[in-house]
Amino acid sequence: MTMTEQHHPNDLIIICRDVHKWYGHYHALRGINMQVHKGEVVVIFGPSGSGKSTFIRTINRLEEHQRGEIIVDGIRLTHDVRDIERIRMETGMVFQQFNLFPHLTVMDNITLAPIWVRGWSKAQAEEIGMQLLKRVGIPEQARKYPGQLSGGQQQRVAIARALAMQPKIMLFDEPTSALDPEMIKEVLDVMIELAESGMTMLVVTHEMGFARAVADTMYFFDQGQIVESGPPEQIFGDPKEARTKLFLSQILSH
Amino acid sequence: MSTTTTSLPARAEALPPPTERYTVLGWLHKNLFSTWYNALLTVIFGVVVILLLRSALEWALTQARWEVITANLRLFMVGQYPAAATWRAWACVVLLALLIGLSWGIWGRNQRAGAITFGALPFLLAILAHGEARVALLIVGVAGAIGFALSRWRSAQLQRITILGWVIYFPLVILLISGLGSADGPLSLVTTNLWGGLLLTLLLTVVGIVFSFPLGVLLALGRQSSLPIVRALCVIYIEVIRGVPLITVLFMAQLMLPLFLPGVTIDRVVRAMAGIVLFSAAYLAENVRGGLQAIPRGQYEAARALGLNTWKMMLLIILPQALKAVIPILVGQFIALFKDTSLVVIVGLLDLMGIAKAVLAQPDFLGLQAEVYLFVALVYGVFCYLMSAFSQRLEARLNAAR
Repeated sequence: MTMTEQHHPNDLIIICRDVHKWYGHYHALRGINMQVHKGEVVVIFGPSGSGKSTFIRTINRLEEHQRGEIIVDGIRLTHDVRDIERIRMETGMVFQQFNLFPHLTVMDNITLAPIWVRGWSKAQAEEIGMQLLKRVGIPEQARKYPGQLSGGQQQRVAIARALAMQPKIMLFDEPTSALDPEMIKEVLDVMIELAESGMTMLVVTHEMGFARAVADTMYFFDQGQIVESGPPEQIFGDPKEARTKLFLSQILSH
Repeated sequence: MSTTTTSLPARAEALPPPTERYTVLGWLHKNLFSTWYNALLTVIFGVVVILLLRSALEWALTQARWEVITANLRLFMVGQYPAAATWRAWACVVLLALLIGLSWGIWGRNQRAGAITFGALPFLLAILAHGEARVALLIVGVAGAIGFALSRWRSAQLQRITILGWVIYFPLVILLISGLGSADGPLSLVTTNLWGGLLLTLLLTVVGIVFSFPLGVLLALGRQSSLPIVRALCVIYIEVIRGVPLITVLFMAQLMLPLFLPGVTIDRVVRAMAGIVLFSAAYLAENVRGGLQAIPRGQYEAARALGLNTWKMMLLIILPQALKAVIPILVGQFIALFKDTSLVVIVGLLDLMGIAKAVLAQPDFLGLQAEVYLFVALVYGVFCYLMSAFSQRLEARLNAAR
């Protein structure tokens, strides 16, 4: 929202208005408003249970919102399955637990969706798959199975798999939280390269170094609401809300 | 610091693990005589086993009248199937040997065992058998050897042909065994009341497996469906069938169907097959459901996030993993199905067990239960062992992929 003056208003790619979500009686999202421009890198952070993962999962309908509206790349999310599948084709997602398909090789993981959803030929999909594996730095692992790779390598395969669909938006749901410390950097390096290439990214993470380096806008979530948002300089340098200050002091102190 | 401390090499050397090698005596000591009570147990059980085996062998070699088996071997194998058409049953076996030879060569793990098996098989079979069967078994053995030899080529096309062969094998067998409409000619119709013996047992089993598998998978998926009516129908079907013994289902198929469908005559064997398929599918559905529930939610989410629709997600991501997880259970179920087909005796079909009873009723062979049932048990045992060995190979192969 602070960035709007730098962008044309018509290059909005994600629009969320008053998004609410309940689990039974539990009110998980309480009126989220967010606008994301093409090429913008958004970092969402906050304490656990604050609804940040739930929120980015509503954008590709892994979670259903019950009130408000979400418009992704000009398509309004409704119960219409075709619309949902169209949005999912344009939206890549990277999960905390990687969620690679263990019964398929790395290459088959990457080419599955381009072949079966986009209808590409196997040769074409494998060519692009190999380019992506080079981009994430592990072309030599193409014929291995996910179980044979380290966590960092698996997460890079997961990024390559999401990119293979040539999405317009990439969603990252705590991509480094399940990794051993020495593997976090190799994944963050790939994400930084991706951010610099102009990809629109929504990243739920506690990696504040990453946020400082590449985020355009940061959103602090707490109790299902956006408490504060702004560019990283403002969030780190001059946070307005007491809750933001407290949370940042807790995660930056160690 | 003591000078005897070994300094670490710059790079730790990777050493091969020590190989375990025993002499015969070493093996005996480790496995049978490691402590005084193990030695005692070994001696006691050794004596018991020798005593039991001696009397059993004595009976089998001197007293047993095995001519009841040899004289009725044809009956045991194919029942009343006409002699003029027996070559068709043999053709099925020959084709099977060819396909197994090819498959072992293409996908098998132990190629040396394959070479020995298919090299020795023709001779072994020819020595064991006599008469008409000797020639036929020789052809079976040679077909297996040819298949195995062909597989040495290792071409992708051969692989495709082999897969295609397996796909068309089942309908081909049904066509060969039942024949076509005309009453004479090389492929004359053989009505199902003439099918019998091991042939009928195997046909009931294979039909049961081939049809209950997709039906069971569909029922399992239906039970997980988000559509309430589909889910309710699947649950009702599964629970009703599981609440009823197979014998009841077979009786229903034999006696009730004609009452419900007057004027329509459905073949008796087909009715038994339908009963077995419907029964087996319900159990299979529950087993597959177990596999489906073992798949983490993340797999569904990843598939959906990539834009796969429900069917593609199930076929490409979920079912391959779910089915792999339940292979041992499914094979166990198929083995049980194989043995359960013997219940068709109750509705008057002459499968292997039915033939056994018929043979024992012959005046010449009264009172030879031991010989006949031992033989039947041996046949069942061999087939069950083969199924279970195959499933273990399959599992090892699929696990190696991880």
